[in-house]
Amino acid sequence: MAIRLKDYTEKISPLSGGHRLCPGCGAPTAVHQGLMGIDSPLVVVNATGCLEVSTTVYPFSAWRVPWIHTAFENAGAGVSGVEAAYIALKKRGKIDKDIKFVTFGGDGGTYDIGLQSLSGALERGHDFTYICYNNQGYMNTGAQRSSATPRRANATTSPAGTVIPGKLQRAKDLTAIVEAHHIPYVAQTTLFNATDVAEKVKKAVETPGPAFVNILVPCVLFWGIDPALQHEICRLAADTRFWPVYEVENGKWKITYKPKKRVPIEEFLKPQARYRHLFKGDTSKALLEQAQADIEFEWQELLDRCGETWDPAD
Amino acid sequence: MPRREIISGNWAFAEAMRQINPDVVAAYPITPSTDIPMKFAEFVANGKVDTNFVTVESEHSAITACVTAAAAGARVMTASSANGVALMHEIFPIAAFFRNPIVFGLVNRSLGAPINIHCDHSDSMGERDAGWVHLYCEDAQEAYDSAILAVRLAEHKDILSPVFVCQDGFITSHSFEAVSMLDDKTVKSFVGERDADLPLLDVDNPVTYGSFAMSEYYFEIKRQQVEAHRNVLKHYDSVAREYESISGRFYPKLDKYRTDDADFIVVVMSSASGVVKDVVDELREKGVKAGCLRIRMFRPFPAAEVAEVLGKAKAVAVLDRALSIGGTAPLSAEVKSALYDAGAHVPLQSCVYGLGGRDFFPQHAMEIFADLQKGNIRAEERYIGLLE
Repeated sequence: MAIRLKDYTEKISPLSGGHRLCPGCGAPTAVHQGLMGIDSPLVVVNATGCLEVSTTVYPFSAWRVPWIHTAFENAGAGVSGVEAAYIALKKRGKIDKDIKFVTFGGDGGTYDIGLQSLSGALERGHDFTYICYNNQGYMNTGAQRSSATPRRANATTSPAGTVIPGKLQRAKDLTAIVEAHHIPYVAQTTLFNATDVAEKVKKAVETPGPAFVNILVPCVLFWGIDPALQHEICRLAADTRFWPVYEVENGKWKITYKPKKRVPIEEFLKPQARYRHLFKGDTSKALLEQAQADIEFEWQELLDRCGETWDPAD
Repeated sequence: MPRREIISGNWAFAEAMRQINPDVVAAYPITPSTDIPMKFAEFVANGKVDTNFVTVESEHSAITACVTAAAAGARVMTASSANGVALMHEIFPIAAFFRNPIVFGLVNRSLGAPINIHCDHSDSMGERDAGWVHLYCEDAQEAYDSAILAVRLAEHKDILSPVFVCQDGFITSHSFEAVSMLDDKTVKSFVGERDADLPLLDVDNPVTYGSFAMSEYYFEIKRQQVEAHRNVLKHYDSVAREYESISGRFYPKLDKYRTDDADFIVVVMSSASGVVKDVVDELREKGVKAGCLRIRMFRPFPAAEVAEVLGKAKAVAVLDRALSIGGTAPLSAEVKSALYDAGAHVPLQSCVYGLGGRDFFPQHAMEIFADLQKGNIRAEERYIGLLE
């Protein structure tokens, strides 16, 4: 199962260059890293979103594999139909290949408008992998808040103002919601380690039945970061425990990356313009303390679920 | 062996589905079309079909799964009604754009609110511009026959369009009547196997479905769909004749009942035509030259042929089972437009009837014909059987 990056340097990604995603966007990185470990023929289903519009500007397509998009809220149903057709046509001897199905949706298409469709597909047990490329907001329409947007982030429909310091609500814990469907494989990770992304997606794709991988990816425009900092900001998300990296295999929760030391949340927040307001004015100290308290609370929740402890070298 | 059984419109449609044995059916139950997926689920459970039956969690997912399965290369069928149809609204034009030959049993029911389970055509009329073929059936026999015929129509290489096979909720869907059915082998050989163009599952020849096309291309793409519907008008009769050759039943685009020499014609769709035809017979016995034009194909609208039938009449009434609030009811608008294009100035009364399942009795049809004879025709639409 171990993936060696060296082996993949000569592989051709299912997603070609020349697409129109922004420099520094995490979505294509998630596609490249996620799919590089898959050797079977693939069909990709895509929810409406940045990845969809920017890779298929007619009459061009950046996809080297069969790819389909219908609408925003229905990628789960979309992959259900393709997989159902595959099973039917295979049974009737019209297809002989073993084909895998991978769905990409942003957090808008997954956490919010597409949650019902995803839930239905998970419950029915179709054999597919759903990858949420989660940049924590609606980026295709211009940085609006979603239910994946973290507390205190400045988004265009939850702006940090003089009275309200950005989004007030905690992000929905979608990975846990998906796990509650008791599907065989659920994971979350970020672009901090290409091997980790590749291994988790490979495991997801090779597991019969539904599988889900929630990948935190930066949006340069929303997060307000230097495009060159994609890897670093994801590394900080994992190290500050802002985005814990873990997997759930057949109901067994396991943290797969434990930071070696305690890194304060400020280090993740500071380089991002969406948190700039947390570092200004009288409320700064209190807001940052709350941010750290949220991290500790959620991390402890996860440790409890995993039945694990964490003893970092302080 | 061909059979003749007493069954409902829903069962008739489901029987056709059993014989067609599609690759994929994705459906979500809603009154009054629920019997179709329910009956079909029994066929699946008892091994009468080997279709992959996907029990989705909503109508939106039902039509989405149908679209992607059809794009994948599968032969696909489903059914729905009313609010379910409305929930699918977003996806219907995508099916048409993908040129998915989906055959859809649409059991007409009024759209809420107020919520009401009975028949009118407000659900399918909401989808008149989706780019689907609309066929409206008079009875269970026609629903059965149309389901089978529609597979060939939808998959015709010059057409490649999804098809709604509409029948009236409860009136047709739940009424039991004698239906003649073909033997399984005849149906299977008539529908054959789907030979899909550019299927998504051909991994050696990858295709991109549903890309992002802006103002430089969108218009041209939609124009191609217009052409597909022109081809429906061109090729429909040959498909219907082929179906006649196996069944002995021919279903033209327009059901012209005693219209040849008619002075007064009522235009109607679906089950209410039975009532109108009875009244036509009664009036004919009294020497009134009455006729009934039943529009079976509403999309594409056979406008020239409609004008030809109506152009020489003294007066015409058009019966719509749907409103277009603030405008002209859909069938009326089509008929008026057809007559205008043909330069025919026929006095025309627009009538709306049967909303929310309101009964339409022979007496109503009789009164409509009487008004046509008297020249009692108004510019504004009339509401038949309304208490006011």
